[in-house]
Amino acid sequence: MATAVQSVERENYLNSNYGIKSWLLTSDHKRIAMLYLISITAMFWIGGFFAMLIRLELLTPAGDLVSSDTYNKLFTMHGIIMVFFFLIPSVPAVIGNFVIPLMIGAKDLAFPRINLLSWYIYMAGAITAIVAMVTGGVDTGWTFYTPFSTTYSNTHVIGAAIGIFIAGFSSIFTGLNFIVTIHRMRAPGMTWRRLPLFCWSNYAAALIMVLGTPVVAITLLLVALERAFNIGVFNPQLGGDPLLFQHLFWFYSHPAVYIMILPGMGVISEIIACFSRKRVFGYEFVALASIAIAVLGFLVWAHHMFVAGISVYAALVFSLLSYLVAIPSAVKVFNWTATLYKGSIRYETPMLYAFGFIGLFTVGGLTGVFLASLGIDVHVTDTYFVVAHFHYVMVGGMVMAYMAGLHFWWPKISGRMYPEAWAKLSALLVFVGFNTTFFPQFILGYMGSPRRYHAYPPEFQVLNVLSTAGASILAVGYVLPMIYFLWSLRYGELAPPNPWNAVGLEWMTPSPPPTHNFDETPIVTWEAYDYEHQPQEEVSVGH
Amino acid sequence: MATSDIQVAEHALQHHFADMEQQQETSTFGMWMFLLTEIMFFGGLFCAYLVYRASYYQAFVEGSQKMNIWLGATNTAVLICSSLSMALGVRAAQMGKPKLMAILLLITMVFGFGFLGIKGIEYHEHWVHHEFPGPNFHFETGDPAHPATDPQHTQIYFSLYWAMTGLHAFHMIIGIGLVLWIMIAGLMGAFTPSYFTPVENVGLYWHFVDLVWIYLFPLLYLISKKHGG
Repeated sequence: MATAVQSVERENYLNSNYGIKSWLLTSDHKRIAMLYLISITAMFWIGGFFAMLIRLELLTPAGDLVSSDTYNKLFTMHGIIMVFFFLIPSVPAVIGNFVIPLMIGAKDLAFPRINLLSWYIYMAGAITAIVAMVTGGVDTGWTFYTPFSTTYSNTHVIGAAIGIFIAGFSSIFTGLNFIVTIHRMRAPGMTWRRLPLFCWSNYAAALIMVLGTPVVAITLLLVALERAFNIGVFNPQLGGDPLLFQHLFWFYSHPAVYIMILPGMGVISEIIACFSRKRVFGYEFVALASIAIAVLGFLVWAHHMFVAGISVYAALVFSLLSYLVAIPSAVKVFNWTATLYKGSIRYETPMLYAFGFIGLFTVGGLTGVFLASLGIDVHVTDTYFVVAHFHYVMVGGMVMAYMAGLHFWWPKISGRMYPEAWAKLSALLVFVGFNTTFFPQFILGYMGSPRRYHAYPPEFQVLNVLSTAGASILAVGYVLPMIYFLWSLRYGELAPPNPWNAVGLEWMTPSPPPTHNFDETPIVTWEAYDYEHQPQEEVSVGH
Repeated sequence: MATSDIQVAEHALQHHFADMEQQQETSTFGMWMFLLTEIMFFGGLFCAYLVYRASYYQAFVEGSQKMNIWLGATNTAVLICSSLSMALGVRAAQMGKPKLMAILLLITMVFGFGFLGIKGIEYHEHWVHHEFPGPNFHFETGDPAHPATDPQHTQIYFSLYWAMTGLHAFHMIIGIGLVLWIMIAGLMGAFTPSYFTPVENVGLYWHFVDLVWIYLFPLLYLISKKHGG
């Protein structure tokens, strides 16, 4: 423990200076990550609040709690906040921002001031969107389909679209910073083949942010212009084509789901290797699978439009291309499983979340293959099957990975350990609550219950009640970590530099790290996940 | 000269880079990445343009015949000249001649304002002829023998015209601001032959915006004159 005490007393990024100004004007990637953590946590609870209202409304078949108009606004605002203001920045802007420079042995990201700027832009976008919601809300669904969004909706579409437009630039700047950082800022000896998989997957996600986000930005700008000036680009009455909107929107928004899931996959690779004490099986394949997902992700967007009136030949091609995404995704799942094989597995909290991720992502991914096939898609389009599918990937996959990563790097971030027993309980609650919430929705959807209605036939009530009950458990599972993370800041046990006996440069510097990350720039002479060569007794000291 | 040169360079080295070379390569690489996002940003509009031009070709031809080719061509020449003076300005910075650089950047800005002025004249012409999308849009070919065949879709042409050239003009305004900034910084001695990355990056941006116009001009102004009637 002597080293631990020393490591907290020395100067680090948290105690190097104090005061609100030292945070709001910081260019330290670690502090900016904390700014993001606070902001996206707030957005998560706002989005979660809307979700709870949705689930409460669906407790009974009759639409009695809120009117159908209000319900439309609820699911729209839930979607907008969760997708654009929580999921997209979650792992990259919080964990990636904090960990990537540490992982590659750099003092900071390539452009520290642009990094801070990206947070301010994010806040400007978030506040714009929230103002649009507080002053009346939006009811178009998070997808802003035209011509409803441009012509018929009487809600604050322009405000919400501008909010997302602004926030998009924060995402672009984060992605740009990651790409340049990973190219140019690696420590001596940190070659591409020694790069941690978390960096690889964030690199792939950053490519999508840089290439995709500008397209949705210009698309939403056109929606706003169309609404404000009636310019006719997407309005069929004026000769425009609403399908063009869907093409442009999904050109970004389908790859965007890979912006969300890829960094999560990176977290899982780190954790699986650490807690099974093994090199990630087929490291090169896992790394290149990230790039493959990013590339293929740009070629599948029209599978969101199978029933929108695209030609059947286009649909066939997009169906086939969508199947192809399953290959690199499966490579990852199989390789994680193979990494576990004959590993010395430890069931710490991050590992529990990682197990949850693998199982739930597999369910979410495989139902994605169902949806990519034309026949099934026509049957279940716009039903709860789709809702369940993407919540399995986004919440079961992405949020699980985010929680896993927060627990894994929390000792590094805060310099304190979280209470392990409570954390395990929360992981269990999240897993049980999640499945209880969303598995019934697969059945509901298969039986034909359409999404986005605030009332439903009485025979669907049992499954809906189950879903709402699960959501309550899930909420407890998310409240608990919030409480014990805050508690640990003051009362948690002091964290040693490397509590998990992990390899990786971020564990070779004190917890929390000093402002400049490393006292001396590290020189890397070993491959990533070099667990087999760690001395055995060092491994057993862990716990 | 040599020692002050090194001092400026050391002063410009940010704490998280190992040396000036790494900093310079990083900044320039970042600028290229940014220009990549700009391509995608304009790309959405170019995509919409291609789709609608393929669908409503005749309406687009009629719309483009309202363009003043001479003003457009003049503007193209103005922008190409501005790129030349910009490139020479970067070279002056590289050779350590801040005054020459400032003069060349000033010329670049004058060309930039010239472009915006000519564009403003064109916008005014379209505006007074109601060739602006929206409720007041009104379109006639001006030739009684060949009335407008498809004014509704010509409105889409004008929507894209205003959106694309407007976005381009917005980039021009930002570009002039950036050129002004490096001109002042250059006169205050911020750049040396070993450190002029900001000048180089602003130059890249300027050339990019120029290049966008090189595509906009034929796409919007030079759609077939022959088949238009």
